[in-house]
Amino acid sequence: MKKPREWIKGLLREPSASWGLAFILVVCLGGILAPLISPYGPGGLDEQRILESPGWSHWMGTDGLGRDLFTRILYGARVSITVGIGTAFIALVIGTVYGLISGYIGGTLDHLLMRIVDICYGLPDLLIFILLSLVFGRNIAGVLIALGLVTWVRFARITRGQVLQAKELIYVEGARAIGGSHTRIIVRHILPNIMAPLLVTLTFSIPAAILAESTLSFIGLGINDPYSEWGTSWGTLAQDGWRAMRTYPHIILFPGLAIFLTILAFNFLGNGLRDILDPKGK
Amino acid sequence: MTRFLLTRLFHGLTVLWVVVTLTFVLMRVTPGGPFDRERRLPPEVLANIAAKYHLDEPWLKQYARYLNGIFRGDLGPSYKYLDRGVSDIVAETFPVSALLGIFALVFALAFSFPVGICAAYYHSSWTDRWCLLIATLGISLPHFILGALLIWLFSIQLGWLQAGRWEGFTSVVLPTVTLGAAPAAYLSYLLRSTLLETLAEDFIRTARAKGLRESAVLLKHALNNSLIPTLTVLGPLFAALITGSFVVEYIFAIPGMGRFFITAVTDRDYPLIMGVTLVYTVILVCANLLVDLFYSLVDPRIKSY
Repeated sequence: MKKPREWIKGLLREPSASWGLAFILVVCLGGILAPLISPYGPGGLDEQRILESPGWSHWMGTDGLGRDLFTRILYGARVSITVGIGTAFIALVIGTVYGLISGYIGGTLDHLLMRIVDICYGLPDLLIFILLSLVFGRNIAGVLIALGLVTWVRFARITRGQVLQAKELIYVEGARAIGGSHTRIIVRHILPNIMAPLLVTLTFSIPAAILAESTLSFIGLGINDPYSEWGTSWGTLAQDGWRAMRTYPHIILFPGLAIFLTILAFNFLGNGLRDILDPKGK
Repeated sequence: MTRFLLTRLFHGLTVLWVVVTLTFVLMRVTPGGPFDRERRLPPEVLANIAAKYHLDEPWLKQYARYLNGIFRGDLGPSYKYLDRGVSDIVAETFPVSALLGIFALVFALAFSFPVGICAAYYHSSWTDRWCLLIATLGISLPHFILGALLIWLFSIQLGWLQAGRWEGFTSVVLPTVTLGAAPAAYLSYLLRSTLLETLAEDFIRTARAKGLRESAVLLKHALNNSLIPTLTVLGPLFAALITGSFVVEYIFAIPGMGRFFITAVTDRDYPLIMGVTLVYTVILVCANLLVDLFYSLVDPRIKSY
């Protein structure tokens, strides 16, 4: 793996990846700074100005209750980004630990653990995700746990494959020969070696999670937590617009664009990272 | 090879058993129940309902009853639709979902072959960029956004195509394109990259050297040798199309299995949820088995598995 500074440079040289990164940063900042950017609150009703088209005071128009759509999208970014990044990290932690144990210890345990992963791969993941989110509750925490539980297998498989390769490296063998402890070998020698493919997988898991969450919220099975201060999911906003699409297409246009562009930005970033860090993974 | 296929068959059956057990347990531990109402029902009524659906029995006995039913092809009664069982609903709605999946697959193939072949043949850094861009756009565009866009354009603005229900050609086009767009982009990309690899091989140069027409070189020699990766993804792709179609069915109001799954989840119609999940898993398992079978026919090294 190259030095971080080198690959960040390489990433910025790729136009689509740097645009993706820039857009993601804008979305994150928009979500964090939402109360400063917008003069309207996320729940600020205004009966005088319902269903307004985009204009100077309401850049993206207003919805059926007179709420400013731009503000709702800013707050909605909090939901999407949290779900995307949160899920990816939960899956990364579970999957990496699982894959490390399986690959490093090997033998019968490895065989057994990989059988379980094989079975998980055969499950219809989106449906299992819906059922799990019923159990864990239809709020951000519930969706995070449920999505994390269906995503981790990918990390487990990749980690295990990488660990099997890294175990054979001469300097890992050398570290073992001079009596390095297992923790030291894993943390100092194996983990840095398998970082690149994990980082690429992590980047691609984020848009997948955002897609799953917004789709489920759109069909009314996702986050349903109207009193949360987190803001409303973009999928739910799109659902609001869907019902009024014939007469007020702007209400679905902007949440739809937000979802699409954010997913696209993460995929662009993922493509760029893969080209630089893991050229074989193409 | 037989041993390999038997192992895979056993694996498929394990997946099915895991899904049955998992959905059974999940539905039992989910807070709230199908018979919760705004106004609480009298305890006598609740007791009667529980007795009718055997909910008063211990879990293990219910589980055994459910498994026994599956072996006889009976997925139990629906809590919501009192006049028919889950098996009837599945038998009625599955053909619709399957047809939608087949249409989408055919669309994806019809689109991706010409596009993939052209992109590989007129290979340049410019086409490379465009192909990658279109493939990325394809996987980034959620079904519900593409569907809404198509409906807005072709149904509301132009009035050419029907945006709902499932009757006749004009109502089939939009859902097919919505569901098939992402696989079309993905397949084109896959076909292009495998074709590019094949076109760089020695036997292509030989074919050209002996004076074959370009079309024969491309369509016979190169394409035949690039088909395997494409064919192997078709199984999982078809399964993904069917299991992923519930959003499309929801948008276009198509009476398929996915639409019933969504309403079953909102109604907490547990037997219907479990039944539909099981059927989806059967499709997934069968698709993977077909791929394994295909692999073992194509690649003799599998024998030693």
